[in-house]
This record gives sequence, C-alpha cells and structure tokens, in this order.
Amino acid sequence: MLAYTSRRLLMLVPVLFGMTLITFSIIHLIPGNPAQVILGETATAEAIESLEESMGLNRNYFVQYTAYLGDLLQGDLGTSLRTKASITSEIGPRLAATMELTFFAMLFAIIIGVNAGIISAWKQNSWFDLLAMVFALVGVSMPVFWLALMEQWVFAQELGWLPAHGRQDSRDPIEPITHFYVIDSILHMDMGQLITTLKHLVLPSIALGTIPMAIIARMTRSSMLEVMKSDYVRTVRAKGSGQFLIIYKHALKNSVIPVLTVIGLQFGVLLGGAILTETIFSWPGIGRYVFEAINYRDYPVIQSGILVIAFLFVIINLFVDLLYAFIDPRIKY
Amino acid sequence: MKIKFSTLLLLMLALMLFLAACGNEDDESQAESEETDTSETEDTEEDSSESEESTEASGESSGDQVLVFARGGDSESLDFGSTTDGESSRVTKQIYESLLDFEKDSFEVKPGLAHDWEVSDDGLTYTFYLEEGVTFHDGTDFNADAVKTNFERWSDPDHEFAFADEGYVYSMYGTMFGGYKGDDGHIIDEINVVNDHEIEFVLKQPLGFFLQNMAMSYFAITSPAALEEHGPAINENPVGTGPFKFVSWSKDDSIILEKFEDYRKEGQPKLDQVIFQVIPDNAARLIALRSGEIDIMDGLNPDDAMTVEQEDGLVLHTRAANNFGYLGLNTQKEPLDDPLVRKAINHAVDRNAIAEALYAGYAQPAVNPVPPGYLGYNDELELYEHNPEKAMELLAEAGYSDGLDIELWTMPVARPYMPDPETVSEIIQNDLAEIGVNATIVREEWAPYLEKTLTGEQQLFMLGWSGTNGDPDYFLSSLLHGSNVGSSNRSFYQNDEVDELLDQAKRAVDQDERADLYKQAQEIIYEDSPMVPLVHSEPVLATSSNVQNYVPHPSTSESLAEVELAQ
Repeated sequence: MLAYTSRRLLMLVPVLFGMTLITFSIIHLIPGNPAQVILGETATAEAIESLEESMGLNRNYFVQYTAYLGDLLQGDLGTSLRTKASITSEIGPRLAATMELTFFAMLFAIIIGVNAGIISAWKQNSWFDLLAMVFALVGVSMPVFWLALMEQWVFAQELGWLPAHGRQDSRDPIEPITHFYVIDSILHMDMGQLITTLKHLVLPSIALGTIPMAIIARMTRSSMLEVMKSDYVRTVRAKGSGQFLIIYKHALKNSVIPVLTVIGLQFGVLLGGAILTETIFSWPGIGRYVFEAINYRDYPVIQSGILVIAFLFVIINLFVDLLYAFIDPRIKY
Repeated sequence: MKIKFSTLLLLMLALMLFLAACGNEDDESQAESEETDTSETEDTEEDSSESEESTEASGESSGDQVLVFARGGDSESLDFGSTTDGESSRVTKQIYESLLDFEKDSFEVKPGLAHDWEVSDDGLTYTFYLEEGVTFHDGTDFNADAVKTNFERWSDPDHEFAFADEGYVYSMYGTMFGGYKGDDGHIIDEINVVNDHEIEFVLKQPLGFFLQNMAMSYFAITSPAALEEHGPAINENPVGTGPFKFVSWSKDDSIILEKFEDYRKEGQPKLDQVIFQVIPDNAARLIALRSGEIDIMDGLNPDDAMTVEQEDGLVLHTRAANNFGYLGLNTQKEPLDDPLVRKAINHAVDRNAIAEALYAGYAQPAVNPVPPGYLGYNDELELYEHNPEKAMELLAEAGYSDGLDIELWTMPVARPYMPDPETVSEIIQNDLAEIGVNATIVREEWAPYLEKTLTGEQQLFMLGWSGTNGDPDYFLSSLLHGSNVGSSNRSFYQNDEVDELLDQAKRAVDQDERADLYKQAQEIIYEDSPMVPLVHSEPVLATSSNVQNYVPHPSTSESLAEVELAQ
C-alpha cells in the first residue's frame, strides 16, 4: 500500500507538469491582451504598451513559461497581474473558503443521498422510492442558480432565518487563523461565531450539494439493489436476519464502492466548479477567483488556480482509491 | 457499519486539516502582518493620545454606526494611482484626500487638502496653500514635501517609490498630465516646495483642467513614510489623511475601514466603521438590502428601480449622468466616409426607444458626445429626429437608394453606459433595416474588440466613455481629436477645425472662453456626425431608509464622511 501510494504521488509530477503546459498553451490561445482588458476602453496606446512591458508580456512565450515553471519549482505560484499580490497568499483563504463549503455540501449530499438511496432500495417500488427518485431527478436537473435564488428569497428575505451572502457577519468578522471559519471559531472558543458561521453555510451547502446528493442517491439505490440480489444476501436472509441488519451490516459494505467513486469525483468537481454558488452567495472561493482571472486574462492566476484545483482533484481521488482497500479488504494494492 | 461511516467522515476532516496545514505558512505570515498592523494603529493612538474610545483590535466591531456598502466586485488595488478601477477609488476616496475636492454632487472644484490656491496670469504657475496640522493615519505630518513625493512617484518611473519593477504603471497620470517625466507632452515642468505648507506647480503650457485634475481621487496624497515602510505592498496597506483608516481586507469579500479620530474636519466622520462588501449578484444584493444585512447597494437593475421606490424602508438614488454610450461610425471606411450616410444613420436610430427599453427611463437620449451639465455642454443642438423617411432621402442623395450592407460590431460585455449591448444592437439593427440598411452583427471578445477597433477594422461599432475629472476635454479630445486616431478615437474622425478648437480650449485658462470653444466644436461634430450618441445613463442604487446624508457622486466615488445612520 505504501509503495502504491508513493507511486501514485510520484505520478502527480508528470500530471501537474502536463497541466501547466496545457493551461499555459490554452490561455495564450484565447485572444486578448491582459493590459488592454485591465485598462479598458479609455486606455491610450502608450499606457497599454508600458503596462505590457512592466508585466513582462512582451517576452516570448517560452521565456515566460520557463520563468513561471522556475518560480513554481520554488513553491512560488507567481504574482497576479491585476492586483500585483502574491498568488500564494491570495489563494490560501479562497481555497479554504471553497473547501469548507464543499465539505459541508458533500456532508449534506452524503447523509441525505446515501440514506435516501438505501431506503429506496429497501422499499423498492414503494411510494417513498418513487418520490425519492423523482426528487433525485429534479435535483440533478435543477439549475443551481435558480435553487440558490429561491433559497435566498424564502429563507433570507421572507423568513429572515438565514443570511443570504458571505461566510460571516461582516459587521462582526472572525479573525482568521486557518481560514476555515468553522475551525477558527472553535479555536477562538467563540460559540456565537460558530453558530453564525454554520448559519452562513446552510443555504450555499444545500445549493451546492443538491446535484451530488441526487447522483449519490441514485447510485446508492442501484448499487444496493444489485447487491441485494447476490447469493450471500440470500443466505443471510435465510438465516433469519432482519432487513435492517441485512442492509446496514451486510449489503451496504459491498454496495458502497461505486458510491465512493462517485463521491470522490463529485468532491473534486465541486472544488473547482462551485462558481455559480460562490457568485450568488458571495462566497469568496477559488472558483470565482479563477473565473474573474479569466475575464481579466490574469494568466498567472489562471495557471496557478487551475494547477491547485487539479492537484486537489488528484489527491482526493488517490484518497478514495485508498479507501477502497480500507472498506473492502479483498482489494489490494 | 455506521461506525465505518463516521470513520469516513473523520478521514475527510483529517484531509481538510492536512490541507489547511499545507496552506498554513502563508496564513501565519498574514496573521503576523496583521498583528504588526494592529500594534501600529495602537501606537498612533497613543501618539495622538486624545482618542477617548480605544479602538479594539481589528477583529472587533466598534461602536454602533457601522455602515455596510455592498457592490458587485472587489477593489483591484488600494493604491489608487496605479489602477483605473472604479471599485478601487470608491474605497480609497474614504482613506485618502487630494489637494482639491469635488462638490458633493457635481464636478465643481472645492478645497481639499489645499484650503486655497492661486493661478498666475499666464496660467503656468499654480500655487496651493496647504492645510496645517494635518496628519496621516500613521501619525506623520502632511506637508508640501509629501505632495511633491507623490507627484514624482507617478511621473518618474525611476523614482524610489515608483515600483516599476513590480508592475506599477500610473496610467491615469499619463492620460491626465500628458505623459511622464521626459515625455514631450508632459505638462508639469517643475514642482517647487515653497515652504511646508505652500507648493508651486510650474507647467510647460497652460492646461484648462489642471484644477479639475487636482481634485481627482486618482491623485490623492499617500504618506511617504508608509511608502517607505510598505514598498510595493502599499496597495494592501493604504495610509492617507482621509476620514477613515484602513483596518483589514479579506479579498473578494470585504474591506473594513474605521473612523480616523484625528480627522482634520471637526465632527467628521459620523460613522465608526465602513464595510465594503462584495456581493456579485444583483438580485442577491437586493435581497441582502431587504433583509437588513447591508445598508447601501450599488448597481441596482433599472427594472427593479420602480419596486424599490415604492417599498417601505428603502430609498432609491440616482447618480448624475457622467457617461454616454455611442454607436461609432468609422469615418474612414466606405460607406461611412460619406457624411450623408452618417447623418442618415443618425436619423434612423431611435434613441428614445433605447432609453426606455433598456434603462427603464433612467437614461437621457444623447445629443452631444459629452454629458449634460458639463462645462460648455451645447444645449442649443437638438436631438436628431427619429425619421426613417428623411434617413432614406439622405441615403438616396448619397447614392444608396437601393440600400446597403454594413457590419455592426457589438460589444461583448455590459458596461455602466451600456448594460445590455446585445439588445441595443438588435434595436439598432431593426432601425437600420427600416431604412434599407442591412446590418450584420459582428461579435468579438472584449480584449480583441478593443484592439481591433483601434486598428479600424470596424464599420459600425458600439462603445462608450465615462468621465473621471468632469472636464469636457476628456470626452471630446479623447474620442474625436485627430491626434487620438489609432488610440481612443475609434471613429477615425479627423477635422482640423475641431482639433484647433479643442487645442485652444485645452490651453485656455478662462472657463467661459473654454465653454464657448467647446460649444463651437460640438456644433461641427454634430454636423459631421462621426458617431451616434445614444444615451447618458443615470445609474440607480438603493439604500435602506436609515442611511442619511448619502449623496451619490457622478464619478462613482463619494466621500462617506458625512453619512450617518438613524437609530
């Protein structure tokens, strides 16, 4: 297992190297000059020229790429063209924001999704099954922005129960330590802050978690149904075990592997693809960061942002692969 | 099995912690810098010793008067001179002050850090008398040397605080003062410090809007000590003399400012804290305003204005027009090189329909390429009548009685002067079809759009312009002066008479004389029709009804020093 893990980690190097090469080529293929976009329609030709020069955009691509790679090898993600700030320091808090949101969204998706799937399989063709699966279908097809706006309208505007934007009460901000605000408020031993932070997480987590929840529910159901037909389950049943025990003790373990794959993939997808939720809920996350960078042709931010997301994606999938062996001892690496 | 699930969750938590630990190095350094910041503010407070209410460490909220101002995007930088981003100057306007200032709701110049000024008869020497006893937020004195340092920083790329190697370019300075040190067009010859509170600017030639420039928030005064201390990180550690001082900035989220206790104006600011909150989505921002999470929202959809106006607890505000959207006509490309065709198009486009359809009435049809209320705005000229018959007659006269084909370039992004370019281009397309002009819509991405229109590939194109110093020169010269062909003059319009008038107006010091020259220029431009001015939009915004004394400024950056919250 150790050999496998280190092999997989070693594979990260060519993967990430490939990523930098691909993103570098793609963003330089999109037409548009960052100096022009940053300065806008009122820019004079001289202003654009001098900005290009100071941003180093007049150097040839190969020089730009190797310079970037050189910095990267020293752990420096570069400097944003637009804000002139170090990307390493800019990306940290945003990554934390997105990971926190993703974690809670997946928590919601897993708890509801897995259990709904199990119950659907258990009571196959019952009204619950029917309802849950219709719900799952709606969940998969629901536009995130619409769901988000509806949540805001009902729970923030009409009922006033939950906040509609941001990660914290801006009138009473948290002093960041790890930038995971839930952890920070625990570290500060501040109960009030913890509750505020959790309240801010509710609506965006549901909005973001709905699609994965639906996918997980459907996956759990079909995987569970398959396992339920297998011989060993029939044997257990013949021994007179109750349905609850059969499902949670014997069947779940075997049906969870494909579900886990889906969970792992969804986790990665949410990390990079939470732009809509982040925009509507004003969540200062990495999706929005990279998206805005694309608008401004902020090359270093696009490159490093995508690189970090790719890195996490690979790590999460490795983690899921290792979990297989943990859950099913027959799997060996 | 349930145990297994909790183990799984635990593992995920562990992963999160692991990754958090990876990112920790930066967090620590950030926390450190925040700590030093706090200790500094404490020091200044000790120095000033008169601040009664000891402001707590940055994290705590202090006092009741906390105003949350929500906007669509974050600031690019808090170093105003090196950016042209409106969201940046909106914030720096609170932290910094310029030598002069604008009146609350217009571009009329009033005293700022200089309480008085004199202009020599030849218009070449400007003497400013500075306020005495003013300190920066870091406790150092504001004086004539500080002013000189700031101006040299912008004009000289080799200056120790220019930070040219870090990518700092002061493009607004270059635009407004004709270039940088050593350039032919650079207007400022020398800056002489007469004494601590008197400074003299000697110009190479007169500049009609020099005083306007001095009031711009792009030319505010930064503490030289802070430039020394923070270096290129000045963009995240602003130190000025303004009513509010900087506390913290959480990127893409919020910027927190607090009252500067030693502010030079007695009894100001009224607010204890101002928070600039980013809420990208217009609808979400309105919801936050209704639920009381924020106090002021910028960027209201014009379509929501009506409901906001009738709603209890909310107040609708409009900003005076300071821009205009236009349909540009490339005067050097067939068939637009014929003034008759250009006039025909002017008669064809229904500007009233555009103002109604897109801005819900919060826009005025535009006659001149300069906003109403500006110096020398020519109100004797009348809007080209929407008259398809007349347009067709003109086309026939020009020899296009069978109609013609033309390309219409549509801008791909929404701008304040053009919130929905796609719809505008469709309206124009229909209007043109009515007079037998078959317009094909051309789409380009924003950056290539701007680049290609510079080289003159386009025939008809949509664009606009927003004012910054409130002077007509910034509109008329930039857009229509012959010397700006290949730069901001995308109509490729060249008329020596207009150039002459604009040059004279730029160099004249007497404002009445300037007004007269600009009026003449507008008349010629009106006849030549190098563009179809479409509308001057009046951006709408909303506040909760307990926000008092809030006056939106046409430049989009207003001081919040006098704003207060009713309890």
